[in-house]
Amino acid sequence: MARLVINGQTHEVDVEPDTPLLWVIRENIGMTGTKYGCGIAQCGACTVHIDGVATRSCSMPVSAVEGKQITTIEGLALNGTPHPVQKAWIDLDVPQCGYCQSGMIMAVAALLKEKPKPTDADIDRAITNICRCGTFQQVRAAIHAAAASA
Amino acid sequence: MSDRLTINRRAFIISSAAVGGGLAFSLDLPFDPTVARAADGAPELTNWVVIRPDDTVVIRIARSEMGQGSLTGLAQLVAEELECDWSKVVTEYPTPGQNLARKRAWGDFGTGGSRGIRESQDYVRKAGAAARVMLIQAAAEAWNVPASECTAANSVITHAQSGRNTTYGKVAEAAAKIEPPKDVTLKDPKDWKLIGKGVKRLDTTDKTNGKMVYGVDVKLPGMLNAAIKDCPVFGGKVKSFDAAKIADMKGVKKVVQVGDSAVAVIADTWWHAKTALDALPIVWDEGPNAKVTSASIAQWLKEGLDADTVFVGNQNGDVKAGLAKAAKTVTADYAYPYQNHATMEPMNATALYTADKCQVWCGTQNGEAAYAAALEASGLPAEKVDVYKHICGGGFGRRGRTDYVTQAVLVAKQMPGTPVKLLWSREEDMHHGSYHPITQCRLRAGLDDKGNLETLHIRISGQSILTALVPSRLINGMDPVTFQGLSPKGEAAFGYSVPNLLIDHAMRNPHVPPGFWRGVNVNHNAIYVESFMDELAKETGTDALEFRRKLLAEHPKHLAVLNAVAERVGWDKPAPNGVFRGLAHFMGYGSYTAAAAEVSVDGKKVKIHRIVAATDPGYAVNPAQIERQIAGSFVYGLSALFYGEITIKDGRAEQDNFDTYNSMRISEMPKVESIVMPSGGFWGGVGEPTIAVAAPAVLNAIAAATGTRYRTFPLKNHGLTIA
Repeated sequence: MARLVINGQTHEVDVEPDTPLLWVIRENIGMTGTKYGCGIAQCGACTVHIDGVATRSCSMPVSAVEGKQITTIEGLALNGTPHPVQKAWIDLDVPQCGYCQSGMIMAVAALLKEKPKPTDADIDRAITNICRCGTFQQVRAAIHAAAASA
Repeated sequence: MSDRLTINRRAFIISSAAVGGGLAFSLDLPFDPTVARAADGAPELTNWVVIRPDDTVVIRIARSEMGQGSLTGLAQLVAEELECDWSKVVTEYPTPGQNLARKRAWGDFGTGGSRGIRESQDYVRKAGAAARVMLIQAAAEAWNVPASECTAANSVITHAQSGRNTTYGKVAEAAAKIEPPKDVTLKDPKDWKLIGKGVKRLDTTDKTNGKMVYGVDVKLPGMLNAAIKDCPVFGGKVKSFDAAKIADMKGVKKVVQVGDSAVAVIADTWWHAKTALDALPIVWDEGPNAKVTSASIAQWLKEGLDADTVFVGNQNGDVKAGLAKAAKTVTADYAYPYQNHATMEPMNATALYTADKCQVWCGTQNGEAAYAAALEASGLPAEKVDVYKHICGGGFGRRGRTDYVTQAVLVAKQMPGTPVKLLWSREEDMHHGSYHPITQCRLRAGLDDKGNLETLHIRISGQSILTALVPSRLINGMDPVTFQGLSPKGEAAFGYSVPNLLIDHAMRNPHVPPGFWRGVNVNHNAIYVESFMDELAKETGTDALEFRRKLLAEHPKHLAVLNAVAERVGWDKPAPNGVFRGLAHFMGYGSYTAAAAEVSVDGKKVKIHRIVAATDPGYAVNPAQIERQIAGSFVYGLSALFYGEITIKDGRAEQDNFDTYNSMRISEMPKVESIVMPSGGFWGGVGEPTIAVAAPAVLNAIAAATGTRYRTFPLKNHGLTIA
């Protein structure tokens, strides 16, 4: 049994301690915005925030995050108002297939918290998510737009 | 109208609304029984257009959305002729079962070959125009005025003389009873207001907040989850497996064989299923290909470069005589590897099977093919099967295959009455791709004493996709798709005029399954041709642009895109210090494309500073989305050039995941400047054509920078990385 705080809500889930957080979020709690892409922390589609830090949930055992504040894509908006990153994503029509974008948006939201006005070099260092559609040009523009709007 | 009167009413009553994806029809009274209706009762005007009383316009989309944006583009095409309020447009997918029941009212569902827009544009525009005519007529009849005196714009119908107006929602019910016109006149392209405009996509918001339901996200009451392992050696079979070993593992419900080559574990959660599958002892009958390696395949293909038995795809003049009399001959051999699609969403499908029904929920590039697979695997009659399409988390050609649909149904059949979601692990997805085919190429040129290209022989040796997947499209054994971009005419025509030309194919089909991979054969064909053109230009001491211009004189559209990128990149002016340029052009999928690349090379690190890419797709429905497709092509194409390779050892794919099958990250992404230059008069594709020029433009720039011509790929095998 694990006790998880996700998007401000406490969930008691009956899972083995080594179950990856990704699958607990998707299958036990039933929130599917966080995606499975690789299972080995390579692609970043499963990125969530743990105590505000962008973390690849596919490789994070649930036992390691008990008692911490977990935020998923479903919890990024504040009281129904899209997060500035989500807003920039909509304004600049960033997603193509969209599958990687939950993770991309979560990674960017964490970056902007740490560096409100990131340079291109900051973006290159911090954003390592894979996007096979190749939305990177729009992603970069939207990061700068979100930073400018904040 | 007659079409709608003869349809089988029973077929409409489909309770598929449980999970997004499909639209549900119902013909229950109290509505007029001659009008086809959407599930909410709103009347259908044409097969493609439903209008609700609140003026919402529902546009049906038959082709699949996988990121390429054609869902939005197709809606624009309908809305342009419908003259509706774009802000009130929503879309929905008809199901393949409904399509069959209505005699393919929505035509082809196939979404590959960059044909979503270009092969539907005519009939979907007509459907919009017909609905507009019906709406106007309904208003005119209500007002007792001639329809010719009424106009429609922005979902409002106006009769100027009497100052009356009404909205589409108000007259839709009456309009739906009117016989659709047989012939409608489509707008002149110069009058388009919505086509040609870079409006925003219709499917963005849910992709930013986690709400979009991909196939992998489907949830059904009582659903179980399955993980699967197919024989890692392609063509091998299951010999035995020891289900008892994992029977007690947490969550495991059942261990089942799937077909003759795979085993699946069904469990409460996918994580439990996968964990148990990893622990399941399976003995494989690896079959006759268990010793095949990349080296053995390469050797076989190499022999094809000299083979006498070939298929001829393009020929003029006399190559043999031309080479014999040439002042100089130049020869080069190239090779291109297997590559996996690696869509971000691994293959998956959810199936529910009972004795009298089989339903499948999945992302697919071809709903009708998925339906056919479900039909065959279920063994049920056609009216008892349906497929509910979801937005695909990437396709790139992979989701045109239906292997995962067949598997899901075969699994569900062993759990009747229980929905089962089958999801491939990334490793399974990497091991069971439908790979970019493997080829080698020998190019031999004969130059005269002035350096003119008089003779060219291009010999391709390697795999045929059609032989593996669509043998009915072979022409006397020849695979015409092999010659994409090298054909004498048509949608993928060779642009260079060479007096003596021979392009032929020594077909060699290894056991590794090939598939249509974004761009398909233009990827390697463009690398071969456009790299070699630069080699010849260098050999003759001619500028790479001038060398091409002379040979492209008879193909002005090919030339126009090349000239456009050359002008934009400033080809006639020196590049910035330390920066070197490369060019490429090609034609595929009915569109003309070209690119110029600017790179600098530091040791083995290649910095791609800038890409200028041009495309002439004839008509550009949504230029903003075309620009995104172009930019994305460079990510997919350059990932392939630098990193993409599936190698074969012991008959199986050696790569497992993104750690061994790398993909470009944002730090490696060059700045891409797009030139969308539709010249009108034809409809070309968008999703794939530009990928052809991504790799050769960069390769030519690398050769200019380093003096080294790389002829085997990916470039990581030469130690090159993207800085």
